[in-house]
Amino acid sequence: MSVMPMAVGTRRLKIWRGDLTGGGLVDYDLNTEPGMVVLDAVLEIQRSQAPDLAVRWNCKAAKCGSCSAEINGKPRLMCKTRLDHLPPLEPITVEPMKAFPVIRDLVTDVSWNYRVNEQITPFTPRDDLKEGVDLHNGDFLIDQADTDRMSEFRKCIECFMCQDVCHILRDQRMHNRYYGPRFMVRMASLDMHPLDGVDRLDQIADEGGIGLCNITKCCTEVCPEGIHITDNAIIPMKERVVDTHDPLLKVLGRKPNRGRTKPPPRSEDPQL
Amino acid sequence: MAIEHHDYDVLVLGSGGSGLRAAIAAAEAGAKTGLICKSLLGKAHTVMAEGGLAASLGNVAPEDDWSTHFQDTMFGGKYLNNWRMAELHAKEAPDRARELEHWGAVFDRTPERLMSQRAFGGHTYKRLVHIGDRTGLEMIRTLQDRTVHSNVEVFMETTITRLIKDGERVVGAFGYRRASGEQISFSAKALIVATGGGGRIYKITSNSQDCTGDGYALGYEAGAELVDMEFIQFHPTGMVYPPGVAGLLVTEAVRGEGGILRNALGERFMERYDPKRMELSTRDVVARSIYTEVQEGRGSPHGGVFLDVSHLDSAYVRKKLPSMYDQFMELAGVDITKEPMQVGPTCHYFMGGVKVDSDNGESRVPGLFATGEASGGMNGANRLGGNSLGDLLVFGRRAGEGAAAAADASGAVSLPADEVAAAQAEIDGYLNGSGTENPFEMHRELQTIMGDGVGIFRDREDLTDAIAKLDDLQARVGNLKAPSDRPDYNPGWQLCREVKNMLTVSHMIARGALMREESRGAHSRLDHTGYSDYWGEHNIIVHRDGEHDMTLTPIPVVKRGELQELVEARKEAEKAS
Repeated sequence: MSVMPMAVGTRRLKIWRGDLTGGGLVDYDLNTEPGMVVLDAVLEIQRSQAPDLAVRWNCKAAKCGSCSAEINGKPRLMCKTRLDHLPPLEPITVEPMKAFPVIRDLVTDVSWNYRVNEQITPFTPRDDLKEGVDLHNGDFLIDQADTDRMSEFRKCIECFMCQDVCHILRDQRMHNRYYGPRFMVRMASLDMHPLDGVDRLDQIADEGGIGLCNITKCCTEVCPEGIHITDNAIIPMKERVVDTHDPLLKVLGRKPNRGRTKPPPRSEDPQL
Repeated sequence: MAIEHHDYDVLVLGSGGSGLRAAIAAAEAGAKTGLICKSLLGKAHTVMAEGGLAASLGNVAPEDDWSTHFQDTMFGGKYLNNWRMAELHAKEAPDRARELEHWGAVFDRTPERLMSQRAFGGHTYKRLVHIGDRTGLEMIRTLQDRTVHSNVEVFMETTITRLIKDGERVVGAFGYRRASGEQISFSAKALIVATGGGGRIYKITSNSQDCTGDGYALGYEAGAELVDMEFIQFHPTGMVYPPGVAGLLVTEAVRGEGGILRNALGERFMERYDPKRMELSTRDVVARSIYTEVQEGRGSPHGGVFLDVSHLDSAYVRKKLPSMYDQFMELAGVDITKEPMQVGPTCHYFMGGVKVDSDNGESRVPGLFATGEASGGMNGANRLGGNSLGDLLVFGRRAGEGAAAAADASGAVSLPADEVAAAQAEIDGYLNGSGTENPFEMHRELQTIMGDGVGIFRDREDLTDAIAKLDDLQARVGNLKAPSDRPDYNPGWQLCREVKNMLTVSHMIARGALMREESRGAHSRLDHTGYSDYWGEHNIIVHRDGEHDMTLTPIPVVKRGELQELVEARKEAEKAS
């Protein structure tokens, strides 16, 4: 079987240290072990050189989405990025995500995402579920094809790196007008559920702000789960909005899609 | 100085599957409910559960029913389970699975468009509801969304360092917000410990950073009894290479889907250990078998054995085991559709925990409840794969309802000032005291002691030695101090109390393991290799006697007359085969 070369030796990490008042890159040199990931290196620095280095992590298995950071300028999970996959002769820079306020060092305040999620009406079964058609002894009847389509979106581990790299959030700071790719994915997973009874189109278009997305696909590129955010979630929903979301019709009172009802009114737009 | 304070009817510690399910149940029962997360919401260790949720829906195997699931659970637990809990779990898991689907969870389907079910070790029939190999994530996301829309108030990145008692009763909790270090207190008419397990006491573990056994230690300090703490499940298949990922879980679904275990000689060695069930034997058996192969010199280059799915269709593997494919490709540079994985045992799950009433999750301490991995009894000496996701739904709901009922029957509670002051002094000591012990170093020492002396195979000499070393650590634990004294997001400060908790839990495990002079389920003694009739009828209870002394007492297994027939039938069937 093939054995990959695993480089070892001393590497330099440049880690951003600081808080809301400011900060900068600090150099740390470290002896590395075979197969080490960036999180291993950061934790070893924390243990042996910088005991107050703040870093958020939990599963260390690319499943919880806690340890998002910008490694050599690109959003990545620290636990999934091997040192020997980064350019060997250059220092490795590790910085916090930039779309959110920094708390300290590599830890950012991602609570805005949770406020957005609270605005999204959860899955609500359709009123017209037909006995024997959509139900079997209380079990839902769903096609595997529908499951596969939703499953792509439900793989999301909420690392928020797609939010971090989205120009609307990162550069334009329009957190109060666009929910961001993560929640377009969430909306898509709900919207494509064959038995969901909520018409989400107005929210996707208005508070969700899907029109602001200009399809640069940066979010798709950084997704650690390989979700085709732009192609499979955002573009199909944009098309549906164009097809059916007529502002004039809305004023007159657009009828919800068949089998679906409009969600209850929401509170205010989440602020960063 | 006044600190941030909140009043709840029900306070839930822990935001994994059991905590979320309990919080939902409490809130739906009308209780004002608070939920504490040590990490961010939705990041708890439940996201790591891969294989599925065991429920006898009978969608794939119509002959399945609760009684077979009950028998499988009892057999897997070597009959040390709390019978009533195993019964409730088997009976209610199907409804909890359906309920989850009605809350929006999406699972793989059968051709008849029902929830599909897969095979798993120790389960007679195809029983595990699943979605690919990320079932835990699906569950936690579904429960998370249900929670935030159920009027549950959520406290993220908040660490609880002490339960607060008023006389004999638990009335709240104290801790701090990790981001700022600001202290926070909660009063609660009923408090549910749903803090999961404590795998971080071992170096090689599949457990998240959060899994430091906080609930076991806090419950113990508050006067609760714990049961079955000597039974630690080592999952047979963790990654062994590269070193940075050693211990990372390789889901049992790999074997469920047809993966084959081989040693360095190419032998399918499970033929020697369990020819009937082979790779899908119970986890204790497979873990011991792998360990033995490696010890006897038939291991893989990196000290594990080979797990192979390359004989299966490549597209099927990538569809059914996508995260395993990614995990090995990304972290080990191994394409599992073409070459075998190298795997070895990793600390995975605590069968033991706070001893609770089987029906409502109440401990012997008034006001204190426990559920999920933090509670004990359901799994006996060994847990079957798939039974923890069912456990946390069935008993999470029951604990939430139980706590809401207790809160409803209770008058107002308040936190005694001296108790809060003592809790404040403790965490202030870790930050600003004169201690000299580094928590990072002490954690490493603890992991070494537990790995060397209280691992898969145990004997009197090693256990006695480990306990002596734990006693040494105990003498030093009061001297812990964070290497940095800043309060905001200080990992060393966080680790001080966690190390103290882990040490308390390690004592329980080591002492229970020494007391149980037999080999049963996940507990294997090299100096007592067979079953003992006495121990086959007894669980070990741990509790605090007085202020400091840990006491262990064997008590008879909790049986139920009406289930006797089912249990005897399974025992007979096992003898016959």
